Amino acid sequence: MKILVAIKRVQDYNIKVQPKSDGSDVDIEGVKMGVNPFDENAIEEAIRLKEKGVVSEIVGVSIGSSLNQDVLRQGLAMGVDKAILVETDKVLQPLAIAKLIKKVVEKEKPDLILFGKLALDSDAGQTGQMLAGLLNCSQGTFASSVEIKGTEVFITREIDGGTESIVTKLPVVLTADLRLNEPRFVKLPDLMMARKKSIETIKADDLGVDVSSKLKTINVSEPPQRKEGIKVKDIKELLQKLNDIEGIKI
Amino acid sequence: MILAEHDGKKLNNVVFNAIGAAEIFGGSIDLLIIGKGVDELARLASKIDGVDKIIKFDAPHLEHPLAEDAANIISEIGQDYRVILAPHTWFSRNILPRVAALLDVSMISDVLKITGDNTYIRSTYAGNVHATIKSDEPIQVFTVHSSKFKAVGLNGGDALIVDSKAPEPLNLSRWEKERKIESDRPPLINAKVVISGGRSLGSAEKFNEVLSPLADNLGAAIGATRAAVDAGYAPNEIQVGQTGVVVAPELYIAIGVSGANQHIYGMKDSRVVVAINNDPDATIFQFADYGLVADLFEAVPEMATLVSKT
Ligand SMILES: Cc1cc2nc3c(=O)[nH]c(=O)nc-3n(C[C@H](O)[C@H](O)[C@H](O)COP(=O)(O)OP(=O)(O)OC[C@H]3O[C@@H](n4cnc5c(N)ncnc54)[C@H](O)[C@@H]3O)c2cc1C
Ligand SMILES: Nc1ncnc2c1ncn2[C@@H]1O[C@H](COP(=O)(O)O)[C@@H](O)[C@H]1O
Repeated sequence: MKILVAIKRVQDYNIKVQPKSDGSDVDIEGVKMGVNPFDENAIEEAIRLKEKGVVSEIVGVSIGSSLNQDVLRQGLAMGVDKAILVETDKVLQPLAIAKLIKKVVEKEKPDLILFGKLALDSDAGQTGQMLAGLLNCSQGTFASSVEIKGTEVFITREIDGGTESIVTKLPVVLTADLRLNEPRFVKLPDLMMARKKSIETIKADDLGVDVSSKLKTINVSEPPQRKEGIKVKDIKELLQKLNDIEGIKI
Repeated sequence: MILAEHDGKKLNNVVFNAIGAAEIFGGSIDLLIIGKGVDELARLASKIDGVDKIIKFDAPHLEHPLAEDAANIISEIGQDYRVILAPHTWFSRNILPRVAALLDVSMISDVLKITGDNTYIRSTYAGNVHATIKSDEPIQVFTVHSSKFKAVGLNGGDALIVDSKAPEPLNLSRWEKERKIESDRPPLINAKVVISGGRSLGSAEKFNEVLSPLADNLGAAIGATRAAVDAGYAPNEIQVGQTGVVVAPELYIAIGVSGANQHIYGMKDSRVVVAINNDPDATIFQFADYGLVADLFEAVPEMATLVSKT
């Protein structure tokens, strides 16, 4: 069985990204970048399935500029077997990403496709479901556990106020929740080894996909801040303020 | 068209906010109810202000709608709509992107504001940036950040109920079971008061022992940080933040919570925020209307006692 994992390059989760002063875009220059956290869970899950002997090959795919090689190497260092970069300098919407990955799926023919449930830059959480729609195949989103039995995949999904268990047929697109697993740390020697591995590069323009978008970002700005509050000296004062100023009767 | 989320008997409250958002477009509004045995629910929904039509798909296999089947239905009838929206919940987030792909249109997640003329404001980069987006798609597909839109009422409406025949199940997946946490407390997503605890509570026992009396006395729901959930002090379902639930209560009390980006994401729309933390420089104080620098193990029991007296 073969797995495809989608790996996005995003800002480090500790970093507060700021808009540029002219509001044209975010200021990403010099910001520390890495593998999207949820994609790390996806990679980890793929590797565990391989370690269990259920899976024979893991292919990692990333879409973006040549800088995305670093996240693919991170994947290779963790245990991904083969890396594909779909190269483009354009900033793409989830629908365009899903269409490009569909082309890679048609070529690689994976049985299982693993995504992160959300990318930290787009905050969209759409791409996996979109790909499943384009492929007309099963989907298992926000997965916190995955088990393969024969041609069926048993999935526990995070839903509002609890969890849900579903069983899907292969091929299936899964999106990983943080709870799916604890991603392993990459060891330096593995990272050095991964540097030597080759990355298959495909030009996005050569895939014959219309990636133009009907969404236009007009401007970006800092969200309105909550006004700085006050410090109270004790619980009594707190309750009194809540009551007198906020009208919260407790 | 609005995708309605429900438990078979009652609509989720956030649906009323989504209808409020739909009214901004000024057209007629249809509410889509997919389920099993939802006659009564549809009748109730027909009383909602501003709704013109209830479109009902009622079939045994739709009791727990799978994304594949739901998206199949919505994209089929969706061709005829200009706008398709839903509240930004895990239910809709599972289904709507698939619908958008089937309709070959882009989707916008978690809209904070609709500024007319198919222009939207949404937050990106873990809530640190607001982007204004204009969409030229023929069908506008998006989810809304419920607390940012006014809920419509449930008294004046007289919507037509249209029974539609559900297509055969696609059988790409099957539903097995669900596990929801049982609690006497109000559900986190709708609670008027939420108190959240962090890693500093130290253990599952302490988490419960310290927070429960205060929650009970306030009639509050309990939330948790990811650190508290990961440490096993609290169940996953009550995690507040980017990866968990987004809440916007009247009063939010953060107890021993540092104020990480991802946590703030889930509570910053609360009307009044209180933070109790023993570190005067904790980030959470920047987001709190009222901050108390104190040891939570003393302050919280004291608050529980004082609240019960009033
Ligand atoms: C991709 C990603 C998604 C994430 N999503 C979420 C999410 O949805 N929700 C979320 O919450 N986190 C999320 N996180 C984790 C987040 O970054 C923080 O690690 C987490 O919120 C910290 O939790 P905490 O405040 O309980 O712990 P800490 O950061 O350890 O803070 C503990 C606080 O308690 C205070 N304290 C200690 N002892 C006492 C005492 N006796 N009395 C009073 N105060 C005390 C300390 O001063 C400190 O401020 C996510 C992280 C990543 C990478
Ligand atoms: N440019 C990209 N390259 C590779 N994978 C991507 C890319 N964009 C999105 N993804 C995948 O889609 C998931 C969800 O992204 P999003 O829909 O943008 O929130 C991510 O966690 C990735 O697994």
